[in-house]
Amino acid sequence: MAGETSNPNFLLTTMEKGVNWTRTRSMWPATFGLACCAIEMMATGAAHNDLSRFGMEVFRASPRQADLMIVAGRVSQKMAPVLRQVYDQMAEPKWVISMGACASTGGMFNNYALVQGVDEIVPVDVYVPGCPPGPQSLIHGILTLQSKIMDGEIKRSTGIV
Amino acid sequence: MTDTPHIEEDAAVASSDAPVEAAGESAAAARLREHDVWVAGTEEPEWIANATDEGAQEMLPRDLDPALQVQRGVVVDDDYLEEETIVDDERQIINMGPQHPATHGVLRLHMELEGETIRRVKPIIGYLHTGMEKTAETLPYMAGGTNVTRMDYLSPLNNELCFSLVVEQLLDVDIPPRAQAIRVLMTELNRISSHLIWLATFGMDIGALSMMIYGFRERESVLDFFEKVTGLRMNHNYIRPGGVAADLPPGWEDDVEGIFDVVRAGLDDYQDLLNGNPIFLDRTQGVGVITPAEAQQYGATGPIARAAGVNFDLRKAFPYSGIENYEFDVPLGKHGDVFDRYLVRTEEIRQSIRIVEQVLETMPAGDYRTDDRKVTPPPRKRIDESMEALIHHFKLFTEGFKVPVGEAYQAVESPRGELGMYLVSNGSAKPWRLHVRTPSFATVQALPVMLTDLIVADVIATLASLDPVLGDVDR
Amino acid sequence: MSEETTPQEELEAAEAEGVVEDVPVRDLPDDPILAPLAEAFPDATFTSFQPRSGPRQDTVTVPRDDLVAFVQAVHDAGFETFVDVCGVDHLNREPRYDVVINLLSMEHVQRLIIKVGLPGDDPTIPSITSVYAGANFYERETWDLFGIVFEGHTDLTRILLPDEWSGHPLRKNYNVGSVPVQFKGSHKSS
Repeated sequence: MAGETSNPNFLLTTMEKGVNWTRTRSMWPATFGLACCAIEMMATGAAHNDLSRFGMEVFRASPRQADLMIVAGRVSQKMAPVLRQVYDQMAEPKWVISMGACASTGGMFNNYALVQGVDEIVPVDVYVPGCPPGPQSLIHGILTLQSKIMDGEIKRSTGIV
Repeated sequence: MTDTPHIEEDAAVASSDAPVEAAGESAAAARLREHDVWVAGTEEPEWIANATDEGAQEMLPRDLDPALQVQRGVVVDDDYLEEETIVDDERQIINMGPQHPATHGVLRLHMELEGETIRRVKPIIGYLHTGMEKTAETLPYMAGGTNVTRMDYLSPLNNELCFSLVVEQLLDVDIPPRAQAIRVLMTELNRISSHLIWLATFGMDIGALSMMIYGFRERESVLDFFEKVTGLRMNHNYIRPGGVAADLPPGWEDDVEGIFDVVRAGLDDYQDLLNGNPIFLDRTQGVGVITPAEAQQYGATGPIARAAGVNFDLRKAFPYSGIENYEFDVPLGKHGDVFDRYLVRTEEIRQSIRIVEQVLETMPAGDYRTDDRKVTPPPRKRIDESMEALIHHFKLFTEGFKVPVGEAYQAVESPRGELGMYLVSNGSAKPWRLHVRTPSFATVQALPVMLTDLIVADVIATLASLDPVLGDVDR
Repeated sequence: MSEETTPQEELEAAEAEGVVEDVPVRDLPDDPILAPLAEAFPDATFTSFQPRSGPRQDTVTVPRDDLVAFVQAVHDAGFETFVDVCGVDHLNREPRYDVVINLLSMEHVQRLIIKVGLPGDDPTIPSITSVYAGANFYERETWDLFGIVFEGHTDLTRILLPDEWSGHPLRKNYNVGSVPVQFKGSHKSS
């Protein structure tokens, strides 16, 4: 750009990239902690591994104000309709992270009482394995989701968006 | 899942339960009408529409037979209000949960409110039911700890200890003193970390939001130690029948002393912050009172009973795993309210630190697990040297060790109260029946008794002080 | 272990064979709390098991008709703390189900396990909620998972499983495998 100063103080981008960037930087999770994974999710939000670095320390209890649902824990048959109702109440755009082995596949409990994978009920964007996944794994999952949103697809994750 | 036998006559019974089709109705619709469970492999029914209505689990209308209605939603006793006539317009049924930031998990409370005062309350549970008792019947005893440890996920080592102890009651093995001391060390550290989480969530529910951050921060030092010793931060399967899974790593004493420094300093600070705070005192003193007799009727043990003045701690009454070798006090409260439970638990953290200090000084050398090779696997390098070791290893990891026929009950003092397991063994490598008597199940049942004359905000404080873990309640 | 078979071992041997005949064990306990109970209830069978590590375990088998009176007597004898009620499905044994009631005396520091055998075709038993209020949820759970009916319980509904579930999962003839979720988004029944 001829004639510009050597320190331009504006940048150009597309509307889509800008909107994606704002969405990833202020995702508010809905509190959907069910079992042991909820404790690790809380530990991720606490001081040692700080989720507010990513704009996510605000866990909204009301699904109307949330845009990310981290299903943390085992989903029983009785809880399944409740989960679906909370998901339905969230406004678009919304994403779902299935945290832990029980939420992703039913985990070690292959029995009558659990839903074998929360993707039977809600569409899932990122699966985070582990029993329970440590805070680093959950943060990796969140960053994967962020890159998925930014780029429109999951690339080989470098952890940097 | 081939352990359940195929029973001919029950198949016949199931088909006689098949819904009778009305004229012009398909089989699927008939089955749907009967709300049957669909079994994979049969014809797919038309799915039930989404609904969270639960029929009998709702609170029933008041005009029912009084005896019935008292049971279906516990009427909260009232000291000063003599109500002859209840005006329907003034009462409202409010549902709290199961997805709620303050219910400590997926607990649902149906409350009938008059203004803000609670008149009837009914806890509805089952939202985290995982069928663990059924899964326990399919896992050999060495793997049973993985299942059991996920019940009370805030103190997993206590669950594993209870399971190992009940299996060892039926087995004929001696547990070496070092294994017992390691068990005491790990479970008392677990008590510290569980009470720290309790302080964190309790403070957050009362309104002291930074307590959440402080509690989790101190707990990280304990979790780092657990990760070093067991490999995992939570749900370890470290305490197994026969001993523990691995020895303590070298340098563990320094790590434990580091934990003491962090927790002691933190605890003094938090007690200063909370005990002097008038809002905290107002919200907790005189709230959520349970009398000793009520606690015993409902089986609410642990800090809840001790805060009411009941002098009973399983570590003193029925000592296990060598804990009688250590000196510690059992804190007791007087009033049985939320504030006393808070004081009892913070003092229990200090007493646990005292026990762990004694373990640190007197840790015996020796084996960390029994050398009965029929129960615990041999060291890996022995497998190359000895045929017997190879066979033992093979049998243990494929079939598992067999436990003699019998029935046994063993209880431990978990941070929530009496955690007990009732094991029925039929001589095979898997339990015939494992029933877990969890403390939170009894305390949630006792919740309505504590809500006399309280407002909704006090329900939150009382529920937080009970420290229910819904994995414990629902299993 | 001693050579002479204790009544407990006889019972276990009989159980292991799958047959429980009337093994006439009338082992009167010399424990000061249990002895008067044994005399007042002649049909109650007391056994005692001393595990290698752990306190002595006292078990009493009571016929179902005597249950409420027995439990009331035990409560009055000092067992003030309610601990547990659960069910066991033995499947191939004649009283197919066992209901196990676990009580604790904090005063005397003693436990007692009360067992009642129930036939497979008539699994009903009187409820003990009149003696211990805490039995409420536990009996509902035993109904939910085993189908054992507690007569006199005022609210015998499902507690852990959804209301419209059919079947009692912890019975031995109920498969442990997974059941597909009963909820499928916004599919409506036609």
